[in-house]
Amino acid sequence: MGAERGTVEGALRARIDGGGKCLVPYITGGFDGYLEAIQAAAHAGADAIEIGIPFSDPVMDGPVIQEANEIVLAKGVTPQSIMDEVKDLEVDIPLAVMTYYNIAYRFGLERFAKSLKAAGISAAILPDMPLDEVGPWAAAADDAAVETVMFAAPTTTDERLPRIVARASGFVYAVGLLGVTGERDELAASATVIAARCKAVTDKPVLVGVGVSTPAQAQEVSRVADGCIVGTAIVRRLIEGQGGPEGVGALVADLRSALDQC
Amino acid sequence: MAMTDPTPEGRFGRFGGRFVPETLIPACDELDKAFREAWADPGFRAELNELLNSYAGRPSPLTDCHRLAEELGYRVLLKREDLNHTGSHKINNVLGQALLAKRMGKTRLVAETGAGQHGVATATAAALFGMECVVYMGEVDVARQELNVFRMHLLGAEVRTAMSGSRTLKDAVNEAMRNWVATVEDTHYCLGSAMGPHPYPWMVREFHRVIGDEAREQCRALTGGDPDVVTACVGGGSNAIGIFSGFVDTEAELVGVEPAGGAAIAHGVPGVVHGSESFLLQDEHGQVTEAESISAGLDYPGIGPEHAHLADIGRARYENVTDAEVVDAFQLLSRTEGIIPALEPAHALAWMSRARIELAGKTVMLNLSGRGDKDAVQMMEILG
Repeated sequence: MGAERGTVEGALRARIDGGGKCLVPYITGGFDGYLEAIQAAAHAGADAIEIGIPFSDPVMDGPVIQEANEIVLAKGVTPQSIMDEVKDLEVDIPLAVMTYYNIAYRFGLERFAKSLKAAGISAAILPDMPLDEVGPWAAAADDAAVETVMFAAPTTTDERLPRIVARASGFVYAVGLLGVTGERDELAASATVIAARCKAVTDKPVLVGVGVSTPAQAQEVSRVADGCIVGTAIVRRLIEGQGGPEGVGALVADLRSALDQC
Repeated sequence: MAMTDPTPEGRFGRFGGRFVPETLIPACDELDKAFREAWADPGFRAELNELLNSYAGRPSPLTDCHRLAEELGYRVLLKREDLNHTGSHKINNVLGQALLAKRMGKTRLVAETGAGQHGVATATAAALFGMECVVYMGEVDVARQELNVFRMHLLGAEVRTAMSGSRTLKDAVNEAMRNWVATVEDTHYCLGSAMGPHPYPWMVREFHRVIGDEAREQCRALTGGDPDVVTACVGGGSNAIGIFSGFVDTEAELVGVEPAGGAAIAHGVPGVVHGSESFLLQDEHGQVTEAESISAGLDYPGIGPEHAHLADIGRARYENVTDAEVVDAFQLLSRTEGIIPALEPAHALAWMSRARIELAGKTVMLNLSGRGDKDAVQMMEILG
């Protein structure tokens, strides 16, 4: 394994305690140049990285990340091949995977959790696993000391929200709008509302994702949230070949400097 | 009488559940609550029954097929869902869901469709209730079922082509769910099969239970007893679960028939897609594989969770048939009974034809879930 990476929650808390805002870029695992992109993002000031393990039916993702999924799957990339490559990667910030429940289920929940840990990946994000279904995975993840990020959505009720944040580890993923991942011209009003609702009921890091893609949007949402997740804007640069990993690094640097002015 | 209701978490045995993004959970909870209340409300039931009778043409008849019986060597009863308005059983479910959506204050319906039958039925209900309607259909299916695309347009629905993945039913479901995630406040997702997140598998079964309830009474009046075997085709499994509901507590053997290229029970392993845990065609890494069938309506890699449970406990068995057998069965029913079946129920008939030795002397009921008009062009090309 590369350098000691620590936990996602540890890294985010360190940033927050230092008065800063957190930045977590999403990069589709297996995509050409993704390992270099992860390193570039780390050097440019990311606090942790979300690595996507592609799935054939990503219902929470918009067209750009769907396309990245299809490209990567066509190359024969597997969950194991991503974990193997990431394990040896020289990067000193914590890593998370984002994938869908069936990937972990087919792998075997316990085996998946242990394999993540062995690959130096400290957290898992499974967007089609709501609180109601978290039990079996949480048992496996807790046992392997893997953090389980939980989602809070604009539609989440006040009754449900405290139970979601209580189960979350790593951070609380606040969904910024009603919709799937993708870039939007403006930050949705719902983004700061859900961030504030989460902050009111938890001390855990609250990051907003979905519909956050520009430095200005990242800055706007992080005035309320502890930070943000940026995915589609980064993956689009990889797909369109805009500077490859360096292009990703440049975008992350821009996002970082916007957040540093919060 | 009855099928077991799922647990409050939506489990049929070890299958089912609710694997959808958090955004949709409150909508599923709201739907669960609204359905429970409506289903217990005699006023709602009366309104739905009135629609089923005066608009959809229920009850559908039970036809005793003498010439087919002679050919196959056993008695054959057809439950004639092909005679419903819009040409298939799908209308039972959409009238129920549209009425429920109206009761919940939703103004827009979104649906997926494979062969187009559920899309047409949803567009029909939307027209009847004055609701906006968007139907997602895979690009491959749009090409092979253009007549149904035209019907949906006539009915005032917007048909959106699903261009992702395998571009068939599976991907239409993905696109419909993505749309629902973005529109959940004013939109009801009118899911077309006994699948998806809880409460859909249960609710859709309850809306189709009318098939089995009618068939049981009709069979007793006609034959003085229950059939020995009840069979139906299974994609997601809505028509099959509807007719099985009427016979699960009888001695009748229940046989679901899947396409050989989409046989989730025979060739799948447990997995999670489209909101529930069930048998699923997938590769060793958990990627859902593409079903391949002559029938767009059965071109689905999964199966409703209650079917997985019925298979698990041995109450129903699941067979599968090849496209070639289906083509023969399609012609057999047309020739012997003057009934052109949809390709979907022709699957169950194909099994009946193959199993004629096993079935000799028995009474077999087939749920004829739809008529074959939509498949005429495709069959014309196949049969030359």
